[in-house]
Amino acid sequence: MVGDSYVSATVTVVGEASSRRADNGIEVSGLVRDFKGAPRAVDGIELRVEPGEIYGFLGPNGAGKSTTVLMLTTLLPPTAGTARVAGHDIVREGPEVRAAIGAALQEAALDPYLTGREHMRLQSGLHGLTKAERRNRGDALLERVGLSEAADRRVGGYSGGMKRRLDLGLALVHRPRVLFLDEPTTGLDVQSRTALWDEVARLAREDGVTVFLTTQYLEEADVLANRVGIIDHGRLVAEGTPAALKAQVGGSSVEAAPADPAELGALADLLERFGERNESAADLVSVRFTAAADLTAVVRALDAAGIKVSSLAVRDPSLDDVFLEKTGRSLEGAGAEAEEDPEGAGPSERELAGSRG
Amino acid sequence: MSGLAHAGLLVRRSVLRTLRQPANLVFAFAFPLLLFAINSSGLAAATQLPGFPTGSYLTFALAVPFVQGALFAANSAGANFAEDIETGFLSRLSLTPLRGPALLSGQLAGIVVLGVMQAVVFLAVGAAAGAGFEAGIGGIPVLLALSIVISIGFGGLGALAALRTGSGEAVQGLFPLFFVFLFLSSVSLPRELMETDWFRTIATYNPVSYLVEAIRSLLISGWDAEALALGFGCAAGIAVLTLTASSFALRSRMART
Repeated sequence: MVGDSYVSATVTVVGEASSRRADNGIEVSGLVRDFKGAPRAVDGIELRVEPGEIYGFLGPNGAGKSTTVLMLTTLLPPTAGTARVAGHDIVREGPEVRAAIGAALQEAALDPYLTGREHMRLQSGLHGLTKAERRNRGDALLERVGLSEAADRRVGGYSGGMKRRLDLGLALVHRPRVLFLDEPTTGLDVQSRTALWDEVARLAREDGVTVFLTTQYLEEADVLANRVGIIDHGRLVAEGTPAALKAQVGGSSVEAAPADPAELGALADLLERFGERNESAADLVSVRFTAAADLTAVVRALDAAGIKVSSLAVRDPSLDDVFLEKTGRSLEGAGAEAEEDPEGAGPSERELAGSRG
Repeated sequence: MSGLAHAGLLVRRSVLRTLRQPANLVFAFAFPLLLFAINSSGLAAATQLPGFPTGSYLTFALAVPFVQGALFAANSAGANFAEDIETGFLSRLSLTPLRGPALLSGQLAGIVVLGVMQAVVFLAVGAAAGAGFEAGIGGIPVLLALSIVISIGFGGLGALAALRTGSGEAVQGLFPLFFVFLFLSSVSLPRELMETDWFRTIATYNPVSYLVEAIRSLLISGWDAEALALGFGCAAGIAVLTLTASSFALRSRMART
């Protein structure tokens, strides 16, 4: 009898967990956003994020990442298209979407005059937690994001990393099923960035939270995301696991610099026997290996030809190579270009106000 | 959770935020008192004018800091609201079940608390300086109530400026315009004694005159029902207008789906 009850309870809990997980995804179809007097910011995005997945939305500044997040978090109505977040339509079921999601938007939006603990109390209170829950949940989250000791200090004195961690903690107050993080590590030092990555990975792994993460950092998408969508000028140009995307580009590349700059031409001629020449710095030769080539053969050939090199390295394809192949530009350079080009810029507060008014 | 409970949480935040900005407190208290000191000593000879309602310009001038202080506080409230928009804090709040009226009342709570504190301090400073208060003890809650309604009305004006522009700088830039209204009222002279026609006409149509005159009536004449009715009426009118306009502005600013 006791055993039966146990089994029955277990089945119920597992059943609930499964149905919760089933609703944790994001489905986007033909999502469009126009701003008055500007080219289309988001141009027909189609994507699907599976429950419990970390989806990296990678692109340069002004590509349309933040506009997409604003639409998916119900803060900006789409011009066209549909999207369902956690099983709810972003246009018709805004309150239900907001109840299911947490978001840390670009720039940690905090009050410099309040302490970390006061932020937690405010946020949890607004989400309807009781006083006792507010205290317990707030303390637990402050502990989780490593801010227990700084909890009673005003946020104005926090470092950038501490603000970002508090921002993440605040987004988790009401136990969201889907978490939106808009460039969560921009401006952070390596240590803070790594700490945040660990926490985000833990959220997906242990709590089954679906994470939609925008970033302009290749490494961040590579390390953290199960799948990556690459966006440029409002369009999704590539999508897949980081490994699959890089495999599309081709094999590894060998990069070498001659010890004597006069031998650059000879070095290029030699390396081109092993594959196709890549774009590279002027004092380097970079060649993408054909399937049969390897570094040992290159070293032997260099030795046989008597060409000395000052550096020799094998480089695996990166997401930047994927971006380069799909758009003809390097992701790192594209950001600066988008900043100079007002057509590529995302919505400012003023534009948002205009669109809402 | 009810809108009242949400408002309560934001009231706490608004009060804490207001009290933790000493610079704003200096503007809200020190400047009105400084101008009060300058006016009451520099314009004392105005009491010699035939028909001037009191022999103490100090008592006459004491009404001004209440309104002036509320304007300074409204500017701070507007700047704080604009900062919430600029930093994205408003977006954070928009992602919670919070509703607009709760947000607006919560945001304005700080300025109401500040308004009461100002009224108490200005009254105490006036008493210490020898100003009269003809309405007596019973007039104090009336003065505090009027200060609260004025604070809400001017706070609504600050909030409206913030919500329409979304910029703290723009709010600060609009502030001198608010002050023009103050100086084009009966702050320095009773309207009956203004000899320049256009100035008297503007002061007569300027609601700020009636705010000052209602406070002044408690200080100088005791209980003047007409002056109090006009003062409360104008303050309530300003509050209703600015809060209604702010509510519409907030609705478009917080346009969630």
